Amino acid sequence: MTDTYKGYRDPALATLKNFGVRVWSDVEVESTRGSFIGIILPRSETADASHVVLKLRNGYNVGLRHDTITAMREAGYKEAHYKIPEKQFPFDPGKPKVKLLGTGGTIASRLDYRTGAVIPAFSPGELYGSVPELADVCNLETEKLYGVFSENMAPEQWIGTAKAIGREIEKGVDGIVIGHGTDTMAHTAAILSFMVQDSPVPIVMVGSQRSSDRPSSDAAMNLIHAAFTAGYSDIAEVMICMFGPTSDQYGLLHRGTRVRKMHSSYRSTFRTISDIPIAMVDRKKVTPLRQDYKRRRKDRNVKIDTAFEEKVSIVYYYPNMSPDIIDALVDNGYRGIVIAGTGLGHVNKPLYPALARAHKKGVAMCMAVQTIWGFAQMYVYETGREIMELGVFPASNMLTEVAYVKLGWTLGHTRDLAEVERIMLTPINGEITEREPHNGYLVLQGGIPEVEAFIKSYRK
Amino acid sequence: MKYTPFLETPASFYEEVGFMSGLEIHQQLLTKKKLFCRCPAGIYSRKWDAEILRHMRPTLSELGEYDGTALMEFKTRKEIIYHINKETVCTYEFDDTPPFEINEEALDIAAGMALLLNLNMVSELHISRKQYLDGSIPTGFQRTTILGVDGWIPYGDGKIRIRQLGLEEDACREISDEGHVRTYITDRLGMPLIETVTYPDMKRPHDVAAVAEILRRLARATGRVRTGPGAAREDVNVSVRGGTRCEIKGVSSIKRIPALVHNEAFRQVALLEIRDELSRRGITPERFSSSETDLTEKLGKTKYLPIFQAVEQGKRVIGVVLRGFDGLLRHSTGPGRSFFQEFSDRVRVVACLDMLPNAVTTDLPDGNLSPESWKAARNALGAGSSDAVVIVWGSREDAATAASEIALRARDATKGVPNETRQAMHDGTTGFERVLPGPDRMYPDTDLPPKALADERVDRARAWIPEAPWARAGRYREMGVPAEIAGKLAISPYSKVFDVVQARSAADPGFAARIFAERFPYLKRHKLDTSALGEDLLVKLFSMVRKKAIHKDAVMKVIIRCLCGCGGTAEDFVKELNLHPASEGEIEAALAGARDEATGVRFQSPAAERRYLMGRIMSVLRGRVDGADLAMRIAGGSQT
Repeated sequence: MTDTYKGYRDPALATLKNFGVRVWSDVEVESTRGSFIGIILPRSETADASHVVLKLRNGYNVGLRHDTITAMREAGYKEAHYKIPEKQFPFDPGKPKVKLLGTGGTIASRLDYRTGAVIPAFSPGELYGSVPELADVCNLETEKLYGVFSENMAPEQWIGTAKAIGREIEKGVDGIVIGHGTDTMAHTAAILSFMVQDSPVPIVMVGSQRSSDRPSSDAAMNLIHAAFTAGYSDIAEVMICMFGPTSDQYGLLHRGTRVRKMHSSYRSTFRTISDIPIAMVDRKKVTPLRQDYKRRRKDRNVKIDTAFEEKVSIVYYYPNMSPDIIDALVDNGYRGIVIAGTGLGHVNKPLYPALARAHKKGVAMCMAVQTIWGFAQMYVYETGREIMELGVFPASNMLTEVAYVKLGWTLGHTRDLAEVERIMLTPINGEITEREPHNGYLVLQGGIPEVEAFIKSYRK
Repeated sequence: MKYTPFLETPASFYEEVGFMSGLEIHQQLLTKKKLFCRCPAGIYSRKWDAEILRHMRPTLSELGEYDGTALMEFKTRKEIIYHINKETVCTYEFDDTPPFEINEEALDIAAGMALLLNLNMVSELHISRKQYLDGSIPTGFQRTTILGVDGWIPYGDGKIRIRQLGLEEDACREISDEGHVRTYITDRLGMPLIETVTYPDMKRPHDVAAVAEILRRLARATGRVRTGPGAAREDVNVSVRGGTRCEIKGVSSIKRIPALVHNEAFRQVALLEIRDELSRRGITPERFSSSETDLTEKLGKTKYLPIFQAVEQGKRVIGVVLRGFDGLLRHSTGPGRSFFQEFSDRVRVVACLDMLPNAVTTDLPDGNLSPESWKAARNALGAGSSDAVVIVWGSREDAATAASEIALRARDATKGVPNETRQAMHDGTTGFERVLPGPDRMYPDTDLPPKALADERVDRARAWIPEAPWARAGRYREMGVPAEIAGKLAISPYSKVFDVVQARSAADPGFAARIFAERFPYLKRHKLDTSALGEDLLVKLFSMVRKKAIHKDAVMKVIIRCLCGCGGTAEDFVKELNLHPASEGEIEAALAGARDEATGVRFQSPAAERRYLMGRIMSVLRGRVDGADLAMRIAGGSQT
């Protein structure tokens, strides 16, 4: 398939060829449903093969079924180039130097005709063209590491990103922003917290829940907040910077090891779990909510440790799970399993022999909780004690996804099960906390009068 | 050209100035749920239980352009507040959940409308995003799709062409807009509506209103659209020869359209006159020149209160000199309006300086600055006698926005009529609302796949749509109803009951049509609910007329009696009102009595005498005699 017929398959493709027209032809069409005038657009590859897409003069797109078309005449040709106006990003010696590393996601995006969906676009010029306020914040440099949706981020990209961060810190940037799709942003934030230790500068992950091709996008504000945090804040940690409320008001800086995407589409989807965020950020200031964060330093020392064992899995327990699930992982050579257990950390009895077998084969197993909030506390019930006997250790209040990436990272260093347990349970940057404050768990229940009164009194 | 009000303007005026007008009619559909989510449709409440704040940023169109309106709205730096009611709005409307699949019920209704409008229907629907940066939709765009293009409806001896029919979601209702904060309630948001767009085929103001009425009635004839306040809204496009299209939004009633479009046409003619005068003075878009100066210090001591207070509050005062514009800003653009109004409007909308007056000018110097202050301002700006000066005041940022808007508007004056969306004002004029958006604001909706508009759906629609009014009017004419009445009845809400009653009673079509087309609307104007009559009573009444059991004049008497009192049959009322046709004896007696009374009266003419006799007899026998028959008798009598 050539670009002349971008995305078209037979029978629509045959219709285009038959009448000697192509994508971007300005055509007059006669059909059994009347006549139409417009420009032939590329066809999305996931849409059916029967329709020709026309952009009418009024700006609307419509589809015409191939077998309704009786004539097409090319009156002109107008190829469109969707392009964010690129402008040279201005340099101001008085402003901090921020490096934006791109991995993908919709923080900056443009339309993809083949899929009809948005694809990422990225360059300082493009970013300055669409978010000129960035120039008021910092001197921005960008580097596109990857162009993938976040579900395609994997150890290879994590390692590459960690190494890129190390290089930038050595070069002397004042802060790093990482553009990332939101779906697995928390996974990446967690692994970077382990792979990049004792950074002297802020490392801020950012994305958007509404793509930047829409007027109500959160992308611009998130980017401004992230750039401000990277350039000016004294928090030298891996953080996620995304909307606090769904309103355009402020962002929250979440510790990379304690944060989770909690809604499939809300702007305010990221929440710090079992604890509170590090800080709030707006266009003008960072307001810390706690003091126990690592401070910015002048030195350029950072520990980049990218060891990683990929044969690690999460098993999300459900009632009536059968042991062959565990057996299959073991037989396929998995070295580590994070079990997301019920309640305080439980699975059913039929799994016991499989767990014992896995342990015997040297597979590292830890227990996290599928309740999301709270600790795995396996002494409380007999079940928990029995499971521990089988070689599964509780992962304290590590989030399941965090435990997964940490187990991979740990197994990259050692296979000794006692050592694995020791590393896993020694917090590196807040992935396990000693205590859970009462306001670390706040899922307000809608409908209750006092909650409704509270919600009405502040902006969601 | 001197302004004349609509009613005093000859029809030739519109041809002279090349008046053209088109309509965009928005009509909500009667569906249970909203268009792209499962919220209930048609439930309105000002109550709210949560609030959301958003800002809007311009984005690129599919073809890589920024839209002018979008950039203008961005300049306003508005904070948009949405009031959210959990009963009427879900996370979709405030843009925290992607759209669900399009409402099938709405699609069916829209397909029916597309057939009625004789459109070329597309075979696959593509959902587009139409950008609205005023905040009226929290996403910043309206999801919309085109069902068909290039249709027509008959009008007069010709046709009005229909450009397109769209199915789209309704926007928020604005509650307030003060300074940099605009507040919306979201209950109406997401309601399905159809947008019918005509070509600019209307050449006189009353045509615009008539076509609007036909399109509204056409939609209502389906019985599947909403009625009531705000359920149908018109935007009117107006242009004159040599100018550009302006869109008037928020026209609340069709009756107001003629005067409104007349005034808008006049405004555009005036703007073209101003352009021509500028051109005579050598001021073209290329040679236009203006400059601005901060006058805060110079005017710090003025007694003119708005500026005095602004300076006191630490605001800035900025003067803009428009080279060669002297005298033009007082040029009349409509009733009680001058060209200067256009500048004040822009300052109000774009710079959010909404406390009026928000600007003053050397062209209208009375009642504001003293001659000395004006002189000082002119000097500071280096303004000569051929130049005009406009002064604005506000916070540093707002005053700067205002000053640059003034220069932009003045530059536009060298080109004529700027492309604008204008608001309908209560006095029949229009005011600037925003720059008119173009096709650049369209963008494909990446959240939803295309959807086939299959033949089955079209066939299904064909089965339920009502007879088109023009087909109906033709049928009435064939039945013998005079053309004018047939036309009226065809678009009347009473046409259905006419069809039934006429068929069942075999009434004289012309007579029955007149009752339904003309008398029923009269009753409705007097707040009488004609639906209370019931078909049976009407059938009985018209049957009695046909059988000569009552006279035609008796029909309305019975109807009114029935609507004003409690129940009863047609026969009961005829009896109660004594409407049985008068006997020969009664008529003769009444005639004789009247002649007695007329004896000795001196009439100026025989006709006057006949009128007198008629009046006397009718006062006793109205509804019981046939008027024409009586006239014959009187005429016959006076001849003898």
